[in-house]
This record gives sequence, C-alpha cells and structure tokens, in this order.
Amino acid sequence: MCGIAGILNLKDGTPPSRSELEGMIHAVHHRGPDGYGYYCHDRVGLAHARLSIIDLAGGDQPIHNEDQSVQVVFNGEIFNYVELTVQLKQQGHRFYTHSDTEVIVHLYEEYAEKFVDHLNGQFAIALWDSTRQKLILARDRTGIRPLFTVETGGRLYFASEVKSLFAHPAIPRQINLTALQEVFTFWTTLPPHSLFESVEVVPPGHLMVIENGVKRLSRYWDWTYPNEQIDQHKSVAEWSEELKALMIDSVRLQLRSDVPVGAYLSGGLDSSVLTSLIKNFTDTPLRTFSIGFEDEEFDESGFQKDLVDYLGTNHTHVLCKRSDIGTAFPRVISHTESAIVRTAPTPLMLLSGAVREAGYKVVLTGEGADEVFGGYDIFKEAKVRRFWSHAPDSEWRPLILQRLYPYLKHSPTTSGAFSKRFFQQGMEHLDKPYFAHIPRWATTQRIMQFFSDEARAAVKPIAFDAINRILPAEIDAWKSLNRDQYIEANTLLSGYLLSSQGDRVAMANSIEGRYPFLDHRVIEFAATLPSRYKIMGLNEKYMLKQTMQGLIPESIRNRSKQPYRAPDSQSFFDGETPLEYVAYLLSEERIRKAGYYNPKTVNLLLKKCARGKALGFADNMAFVGILSSMLVDELFIEQATIES
Amino acid sequence: MASISLTIKLSEHLENFMSTEATIRNYILENYLFTEDQSALDSADSFLDKGILDSTGILEVIYFLEDEFGIKVEDTEMVPENLDSVNNIVAFIGRKRQ
Repeated sequence: MCGIAGILNLKDGTPPSRSELEGMIHAVHHRGPDGYGYYCHDRVGLAHARLSIIDLAGGDQPIHNEDQSVQVVFNGEIFNYVELTVQLKQQGHRFYTHSDTEVIVHLYEEYAEKFVDHLNGQFAIALWDSTRQKLILARDRTGIRPLFTVETGGRLYFASEVKSLFAHPAIPRQINLTALQEVFTFWTTLPPHSLFESVEVVPPGHLMVIENGVKRLSRYWDWTYPNEQIDQHKSVAEWSEELKALMIDSVRLQLRSDVPVGAYLSGGLDSSVLTSLIKNFTDTPLRTFSIGFEDEEFDESGFQKDLVDYLGTNHTHVLCKRSDIGTAFPRVISHTESAIVRTAPTPLMLLSGAVREAGYKVVLTGEGADEVFGGYDIFKEAKVRRFWSHAPDSEWRPLILQRLYPYLKHSPTTSGAFSKRFFQQGMEHLDKPYFAHIPRWATTQRIMQFFSDEARAAVKPIAFDAINRILPAEIDAWKSLNRDQYIEANTLLSGYLLSSQGDRVAMANSIEGRYPFLDHRVIEFAATLPSRYKIMGLNEKYMLKQTMQGLIPESIRNRSKQPYRAPDSQSFFDGETPLEYVAYLLSEERIRKAGYYNPKTVNLLLKKCARGKALGFADNMAFVGILSSMLVDELFIEQATIES
Repeated sequence: MASISLTIKLSEHLENFMSTEATIRNYILENYLFTEDQSALDSADSFLDKGILDSTGILEVIYFLEDEFGIKVEDTEMVPENLDSVNNIVAFIGRKRQ
C-alpha cells in the first residue's frame, strides 16, 4: 500500500522535475510513510511513497524490467504474485526483487496492455514504457485503490489523492457543482467526475493509455451477469461447496504479507465469515478489531462479543462517542476529499488508528459481500415493491414492507398509509434499471433545496437518468436483482464504501484494507448464482449463510442484517450549541462567501438539528452533506495549504 | 342575545382555526421548507405529492402535533386524509378536539 504521483508531458515542454514530484508525493506521506522513490526521464516523472508490506528490504519503487525500459510505480497489492513469479520465470524473465510489484513489468513485457487481466489484486498502477513512449494508468476492477488525473497546460498529472495534484501550483481548485449534485443524489460522484472541476478519476476496471500525446480510456473488466442463469439445477450443497473452496482461497491469497495481518469484526455476517475462515483454514494468528457506540441504535458490541468468545481471538474494541465523531470529522473530510452524506466513515478512521497503535498495517474487511451475494435492504425493498406492482390495488402485498428496517428507531415503514405512499414512489419506472434506487435517491435529493439561487442558475439540475452514463447496454436484459447489484456496485460501493469509508479513512492512519469478497473470481462466481439463492424470500445472502453453516455461531448466521451506521447531526452539538468549527462554517457569512447554499435555509436547518428535531434521513443527510462540502471548500479551496 | 353568543362562538372558533393553521403552516415552512416565505406553501398542498415530507418526516410531524396540541394520533389515524396537508391536519385536530 502506498501513494503514487506523476507528470507526463503530452507535447514538448520542460521535463518534469524532481522538485515538482517531491511536492506532489509529500502531500500523501500518510499513504506511504516508509520512504520515497522517483523516476525522472525526459517527458515523464514518477513518484512513490511506500508503505512496506511485501519484500520489506527490496521492494522500493519505481521497479523496472531487465533493461530498465519499463518502469512502474504502484499502490496496492498483487495477491497472486507468487504464482505469477513462477510462471514468468519459466517464461525466461529475471527478477531482481521478491516484491509483488515486479510481476507487473514482466507481465507487461509478455502481454502488453493485457497484463492487467492476469492480476488478482487491488491496485492503482502507473507504468512507463520508454521504448514506445507510452504511459499506462490502470485501476483495479472494483475501485479499491484511488487514482486521479488532471490534464492542463500540455501535461497530464496523476496521483492517488487530489491533495497531491493540488500540491502542484498549475492545478486549479474549484468545486464542480454538477459533481456535488451527483453526491447529493447517488451518494458519490459518477466517473469520470471527482468533486473538483478539472480533476477526473480513472474509473474502476479501466486502463488509461497515453501514447504520442493521445489519451484513450478502455474498460478491461466489469461486473456482468448472464442473461439466463447458467445452472438452475445445481443443488445448494454443490453451489456451497464451490463457494467455500473459492472463499478459502481468496482469504488465503489476501493473507499474503511480510507483516502481520488483522481483521475487522463488525458483529455481522460478512466479517464473521472472514474471521472464521482465517481461524479454521489458515495458520495466521487471528487478531481482530471492532468499533462500538454509546447509542444502542448503532451498537453491535453484543454480537461482536459473541464472535470473539466463539473464535477466541485477541481482540481490541474501540468505543466511539458522538463527540468523537464531531471532533474527528474535519480530518475525515481532509482524507475523503469529497462531500459525504453520512458520518459513518469517521468511526472507521478512529478504528484504523487503533489498528495502527496495535502495530498492524493490514486488515481484512468484509466490504463487498452485500453487493456480491445480495445483502442490502434496498434489494429486498425493491423485491417487495416489484411484488406489489404486480397487483397495485392489493391491500396485503405492501404489508410485507413492515418486515423491512426492524433496526431503525424511526423506520419509514411505521407510518402506515404514508409508508405505502413513500414506497410507491417511482412505481411507474418499473422498467428502469434504477427502479430499486428511486426512493433512496429521491430522499437524498432533498438536499438540493438548500442550494443558493446562484448555484441553481450555474448548473443544470441532474435527474436520476444521469446514471445511464455509467450503465452497460446489456443491463436491460439482466434479472432485476442483477440490475440492482450492478448499480449498487458502481455507485455506493466503488464511490463511497471503498473510498470515503474505505481506502481514505484507513490510509489516513497508514492502514491497508483488504477485501476477500471482492476477489474477482468470487464476484464472477456469484454472478452466476440464481437470484433465489441470493435472497430466499426476504432472507438475504442465503447462499453465503448456507456455506458457513457450522463455521460461525448460529446467532450470527441467523440474524437479520443491520447496516453499519453512526450517529449523524447530533454529533456536532454540545447540548444545543454547535461545535465551534460547525458554527463558523454554517454561519450566514461563511455560507454566503462560499456561494453554494442559501444562508437562511441552512440556518433554519442548523437550528432544527440543534434542537434535536432532525429525526429522519433527509435532514441528517442534508446537514452532513452541507457541512462536509463546506469543509471541502474550507480545506481545499479557501486554505492555500493542505494538511498532508 | 342568542345571535351575539353565536357570533362570539363563531369568532372564537375562527380564531382557533386560524391559530392552529398558522402554527402548523409555520412549523412546516420552518422545518421542512426551511423558509419564512408564506407563499412557499399552500394550505391545500399535499406533503407527499409536493415532496415536502418523506415517510420519516411524517413521524416528526406526528410528534409535533402530539406535543403542541396535546392529542394522541392512533396508528389507524396515520393516513393521508388526516395528515397530508395543512388543511387536512387542521380538520383532523378539530375532530380530535370535539
């Protein structure tokens, strides 16, 4: 795990200098505190900040091929590097390190741009081929590791984080209001947007190739589903056996490291699966970490304790108070580099701090299981709404909605006839691939009412069909659950859970997260599962639960999913008094200066939240969304210097 | 005398009605439309159709009504006919007070 940065001259110009690269890479020191490396040649400059995990003594980057004509800097891990090294040596390649990085240059020599198909890992790669004068930027399949670019002044700048780009004086700083609207709809910007004008993301599963000054983007992998399920007759036992073997292998590969590896433990099914596979099928000593809350509504300490007792792990528990969230939030936003609509990344940053304090650099985490195996409430909600749509006048069909969200203190299903009206939203869009997401997006878009007249005038409002930009043509032919999974994987997962709530808050404390459920072999296997084996009735992740029978406590295997959440607007007040920075950022004067929001409406929202009257999702998302975007403005636009 | 008494009763009733309506209007304007501009809300506007409230928003409104007017909203009364506009709420409170 590391940080990378670089510059490519797209036409003749001053060669990138070492001092330019130093400025950029020093801004992401937290991603790689164990040392820096540079490569400067003619029109290209590469920089690397290293967090040493594999080949501690010999893995310094950039790393090159035999004749040094191919150079690479890379952030991430190639989990199958052991097998690839054997294969490449048999093909005649000579290795000068024992690191996973070196397989990249030799694979490139063998397979050119197809090298990426051979990688099982999580990565952001910058590879320079001096013979062909070609730069390749590659990002892993699901978007675990970040990679941003800016093209300006005849140069392409790239880096793991936006703050590296902003460390260069040539890069302009401005919030992209269309991208902000995307966050306030889909919870994330949609590729290629970042939250900033001119800064773009290399989308997950893509290669960006720049050759002779010409840039092209191509997709090498995507979440995809068969039009018809492959084998409807295979038994649950047969599916389970295959899945178990695959999950054991994924965990085994992702435990590869020259430093000890820990695991997050949430008390839910997914982290229980991982910890139990580590315990039962590997010889890695199990070391676990969990987060708990004072508020009962969010706390899962009881389930965490059940599993700790069951597995007998060496465990660290971190208790997160509301005030901890309010205090740490500005630092979180300095790392997310985006507005967010929930505070949930904050406790995870505190947790990664505890991992670091315990002397660990790497943790396995259960992210991805819900997207891969059908775990989310939104999938179940859509299933009920589709079922209801078959007989819209039915009185009893919508009653099943009451079985959703039992863990919410203020559930949208408890207001009787109003719930029906709420979940009826978008019923006329049954044929749209985003049918499942309409209620969530409609609630999130309520934040837009706080925009100032100037902001409204500056950009066209975005509609739900903006999502079509990132959808594949074949999506309409897929089963409805598969459509829901695709959209979830390409919005919430890649743009929020793996970034704002994943990489960014882990790397804030120099911690690498690993995601065995996102091994592409697991994703591709699960894509062929019949929908009924993902959600059986309203029993989510059915096949995963079947597979783990006997390996995890029944209390955890049979519990309903409780999504990870954290206290929102109430974290930012001491009694009814807003924290000092909150009062400043949401003051009429500061809001007016930034220009995005209407100061009077924001003030009314602030007062409502201060009185503790913001009970529902809409107000809480508005508060967190506005505050986080004002922090982005303060940290990245207003202040010239950036925390690094 | 009878007509004077009736006039007074009607006037009290109207005053009550006006103050209930104003209280509810101001509550909705301030807490869901985040504005003091009275023209932003017509008393007949449907909260759901106009996107003023979502289904958790209606729970907040119920808490408010119970607190402010000392009534108890039963589960069976949580229907749009009672709660989906300022006018519907005013009429509902009127019925509850009888």
